[in-house]
Amino acid sequence: MSKFSAWIGERAPGLDATYRKHMTEYYAPKNFNLWYYFGSLALLVLINQIVTGIFLTMNYNPSAAGAFDSVQYIMRDVQWGWLIRYMHTTGASLFFVVVFLHMFRGLLYGSYQKPRELVWLLGMLIFLTLMAEAFMGYVLPWGNMSFWGAKVIVSLFGTVPVVGNDLVEWIMGDFLPADATLNRFFALHVVALPIVLLLLVVLHLAALHEVGSNNPDGVDVKHGPKGNRWSPTAPVDGIPFHPYYTLKDLVGVGVFLIVAAFIIFFAPTFGGWFLEHDNSIPANNLLTPAQIKPVWYFTAFYAIVRMVPSAFGTAFWGVLGMFGSIALLFALPWIDGGKVRSIRYRGTGYKVGLMVFVLSFFCLMALGMDLTDEYFPRIFGSGIDLTTWDNVFGRFWTLVYFGYFVFLWLYTHLGWEKTKPVPERVTMHD
Amino acid sequence: MANEVVDHGRRRFLTATTAVVGGIGVVSAAVPFIKSWEPSARALAAGAPVTQSLKKIEPGQQIVVPWRSLPVFIVNRTPEQLAALPKQDDRLVDPKSDGTSSGQQPEYAQNETRSIKPQWLVMVGICTHLGCVPDYHGEMKPEPFDPNWAGGYYCPCHHSRYDIAGRVYKGVPAPKNMEIPKYHFIDDTTVQIGVGPKGEA
Repeated sequence: MSKFSAWIGERAPGLDATYRKHMTEYYAPKNFNLWYYFGSLALLVLINQIVTGIFLTMNYNPSAAGAFDSVQYIMRDVQWGWLIRYMHTTGASLFFVVVFLHMFRGLLYGSYQKPRELVWLLGMLIFLTLMAEAFMGYVLPWGNMSFWGAKVIVSLFGTVPVVGNDLVEWIMGDFLPADATLNRFFALHVVALPIVLLLLVVLHLAALHEVGSNNPDGVDVKHGPKGNRWSPTAPVDGIPFHPYYTLKDLVGVGVFLIVAAFIIFFAPTFGGWFLEHDNSIPANNLLTPAQIKPVWYFTAFYAIVRMVPSAFGTAFWGVLGMFGSIALLFALPWIDGGKVRSIRYRGTGYKVGLMVFVLSFFCLMALGMDLTDEYFPRIFGSGIDLTTWDNVFGRFWTLVYFGYFVFLWLYTHLGWEKTKPVPERVTMHD
Repeated sequence: MANEVVDHGRRRFLTATTAVVGGIGVVSAAVPFIKSWEPSARALAAGAPVTQSLKKIEPGQQIVVPWRSLPVFIVNRTPEQLAALPKQDDRLVDPKSDGTSSGQQPEYAQNETRSIKPQWLVMVGICTHLGCVPDYHGEMKPEPFDPNWAGGYYCPCHHSRYDIAGRVYKGVPAPKNMEIPKYHFIDDTTVQIGVGPKGEA
């Protein structure tokens, strides 16, 4: 072994240094808590999606005539095909669960603040790419929800003034989602976007390791006192990522895999949340499913499209609202002018604001999933005018969602925030 | 002989011109790739007019005819449904189809019923919001989405509502009335979709 590594080391001297920089000599703060599992879990799901995805392409037929049947073939005839596909579909939903929690961690502990703006921006780009990747993957089985999902999402671009209609035809390569659409989505889903995703993940980690990890106290361990068991120049409150956090993350991986396995084996459709019933019907361009809604992870953003009324003869405002709701997240490091990172030491306004923001996200999500159409009549009686109730509810929470960013800017830039003193070192040390 | 002094101006000029020429090359090379996403010749060719007999459509009934892969609604409207149309005007975005919806129908269908013959509605059944196919709710009875429903269309995607002439109601996401295709009557009971009364396609 040592002879072999010496041989490699002579020919690639940078390899060992890179390994040490990012693993054994990457000193991460010692006070990571539960919230810090979701980064490594996202990486785990990404690997799962790539591996199961490769095996799915071996039996999938990317054509309007053959796609639906080939997916049924994978589910029924290919040995263990059902498992591989359910791992892929469950992985897609869990990817978003993990990424949403990972992003929320960033909000909790101010991980997007200076000097980690670039880490946050790269992370947001990953999120955006992931949304495109998930949408295109959703179209591939060519069920009726795939077809109408493709139609509705691509039509979002049709609301762009002047060039809208040409843009939609350009994206679809036809006047409706068709063979051409399916083929290009397949190419993007299995080749182009995964490459972009992997590149962004590498950059995200590289940017993180350059500035160092944040932690639940929001204290910069890198600029604190030096000297620990491993090195006199390393941060006193830092521990080597490997083996300490690799082993800690393994515990998270174990718990995560138990949950994932339970879903894959006992509830792969998750009651229509992860796989929709209408997608077991082949695509039909003359029949819109009775209830058309995106998969749960898009519903919050998608509800905004529905809640913004059209004006001046165009529905473009709703689409602007949806993209705006994501664009504002990109701008978060500059909207938040707070001097303190962690929610532990931030003002009451920030704590309440963040909770209300999360509540608005969940309410918009419920609206986008049509849960309100189910529960409003039950709670308020069946005689109510659902359209009006939905609009009042949805518009209120849409305003709250956007209002959070306005509030955050005013709260931090006008100096209204009263913060608590931040400790010199992380609160968990001997 | 090597130059003793570096001519920075010359170097900048060469860098800039190389970048510009290279940039033009990259943009030009991208054109075929971008154009390859447009509808192919085969997709463009598939779009002939469609002829449909109206004999078997009962009063109040709707049939759906595919034309250019789009669903075309044909409705045999009852006198009650037609009588309700003018009463909707103040609840509609563009009741006369002369505002935001002025391009949504041929001239010969720009009227209260949005049709050539009041009885027959011929319409592209695509919601003007994001392209779903709205559901036909022809009966005039209270609906969960509208207690004063006078018959029309309800889109399951984003809950847009249209009256029985495809005119959009206020307060919904769809901005315009649904599109009326070019069509004409070959005889009293046969309609051709895709070609207007004067033969224009």
